[in-house]
Amino acid sequence: MSFGPYATFIVTSYLLVTVVVLMLIAWIAIDYRRQKQHLRELDASGVLRRSGRSAAEVQ
Amino acid sequence: MTSLAALIRRDIKIALRVGGGALIGVLFFLTVVVLMPFAVGPDLALLARLGPAILWLGALLASLLTLDRLFMADHEDGSLDLIVMSRTPLELACAAKALAHWLAAGLPLIIATPVLGLLLNLDAASTSAVALTLLAGTPALTFTGMIGAALAVTLHRGGLLLAVLVLPLSIPVLIFGVAASQAAISGPLSFGAPFSILCALSLVSFVIGPLAAAASLRHGLD
Amino acid sequence: MAWIDYRFDADQLSLRRNETKQAALPAATAAIITDAMTLIDLANPTRFLTLTSRLLPWLAALTAILLLIGLYQSAVAPDDYQQGATVKIMFIHVPNAWLSMFVWGVMSLAALGTLVWRHPLADVAAKAAAPIGAAFTFLALVTGSLWGRPMWGTYWEWDARLTSVLILFLMYLGLIALWRAVEDPSRAARAAAILTLVGAINLPIIKFSVDWWNTLHQPASVMRLGGPTLDRAFLVPLLVMAVAFSLLFVTLHLAAMRNEILRRRVRALQMMQARQRPA
Repeated sequence: MSFGPYATFIVTSYLLVTVVVLMLIAWIAIDYRRQKQHLRELDASGVLRRSGRSAAEVQ
Repeated sequence: MTSLAALIRRDIKIALRVGGGALIGVLFFLTVVVLMPFAVGPDLALLARLGPAILWLGALLASLLTLDRLFMADHEDGSLDLIVMSRTPLELACAAKALAHWLAAGLPLIIATPVLGLLLNLDAASTSAVALTLLAGTPALTFTGMIGAALAVTLHRGGLLLAVLVLPLSIPVLIFGVAASQAAISGPLSFGAPFSILCALSLVSFVIGPLAAAASLRHGLD
Repeated sequence: MAWIDYRFDADQLSLRRNETKQAALPAATAAIITDAMTLIDLANPTRFLTLTSRLLPWLAALTAILLLIGLYQSAVAPDDYQQGATVKIMFIHVPNAWLSMFVWGVMSLAALGTLVWRHPLADVAAKAAAPIGAAFTFLALVTGSLWGRPMWGTYWEWDARLTSVLILFLMYLGLIALWRAVEDPSRAARAAAILTLVGAINLPIIKFSVDWWNTLHQPASVMRLGGPTLDRAFLVPLLVMAVAFSLLFVTLHLAAMRNEILRRRVRALQMMQARQRPA
């Protein structure tokens, strides 16, 4: 499967797209974990939501 | 209607005072136009070719600079809240403020253009063409810039954000303004087509600008 | 501040739904009312979180499968007679370019939801979409540039399409800057909504004016990109990648919306905690 004389351009484009998409996924996943961590800490310090449910309960 | 006339008169008076910002816009325009030959080189033929573009860019940046104070000064002393709460429709009040701003800050730029055209080796016909396009285009810059000014008014360091928000909206005006000037000076293309689109952009901005600015002020000042 | 819990309202809604079923209404009207109730249910952030957590694994799996299929098809696609193998860049460039504009459309709908209907999840949808849209626009620009080097001999061209996408990218960045500049999320949402709608009006104007400008200053050599109709060998991988990237956006968007809802919950609880703390 030869990519011709401009193989570096093709490979770089695909690699760049992969890297940026992975960075997006990573950022969203890390943010999710950070928010859950904050909620766990708030729950541990005894803050209750207005509905009376615990802060750490995400669903 | 007298309340709008009073608003316009008040804004013009404030703008023309020392520190009011009207004449400093012209000074900035002059500075930008003077900087260009230092960057581009003193080649007169090149400057003449670039002339309309340099004048338009200078006018755009100068009006951007003075847009900051369109709402900021009123917001700081509380009169913006009074204007928002008054019986005059906020859209008309915004339009009135933009008109006053253009009269005080935009018109001087247009009047200064012939003098600056000399610095750029533009002949009288070219300079008048550029001045005419500026006359048609600077209202669009003011009225669309007003949207950015309204969005940024409640932010403390809103100045740069305002520029970032307003510049993409001003690009069509710049494109058609320069195209019309070039067409009048040298081009084989007609002057009428880009010029009428420029006028159309201004007219559209007279409607969309006040609507969006009023909405921003209402939502932003809660 | 009705962010924190809609449980009370949701119970009222389910009561109303039962009454509607028992009423003597034509079936179609009852169905429409039930559908509307479901939409309102979705407006409940807690319900949304539950739904999202259940959907996300499936969406992610489907996206991954489609992306892999698309990648395979792009790899084995034949060479174009004019462009050679570089046509493979089209399979990732075009979906990103299309998505960059689609995401602004999604944000515009969300902006209408904020300003006109005050839908509670509209703010969240708009804020979550902006960085994802900016990333797609960036990828469209970069892949386009890398495609342009073999095609036109230069990394950048002030061609109408590239210039409009560059301006779109600047508008995305300005929007993100506006979101971050205002502290209160609901005020930021309204300002961002106005800017999004003004941008939506301005995008066709920019496209038209840049097209005009480019025709005035026609570059010395203009190469036509591809033929007027796309051969099936290229169309199929392109469509598969387009669907795969769209699913990717939906997955990322829902996940980002979930994060934003949790972030607001954290903020509200932190403020409550600050109030409860003894002086």
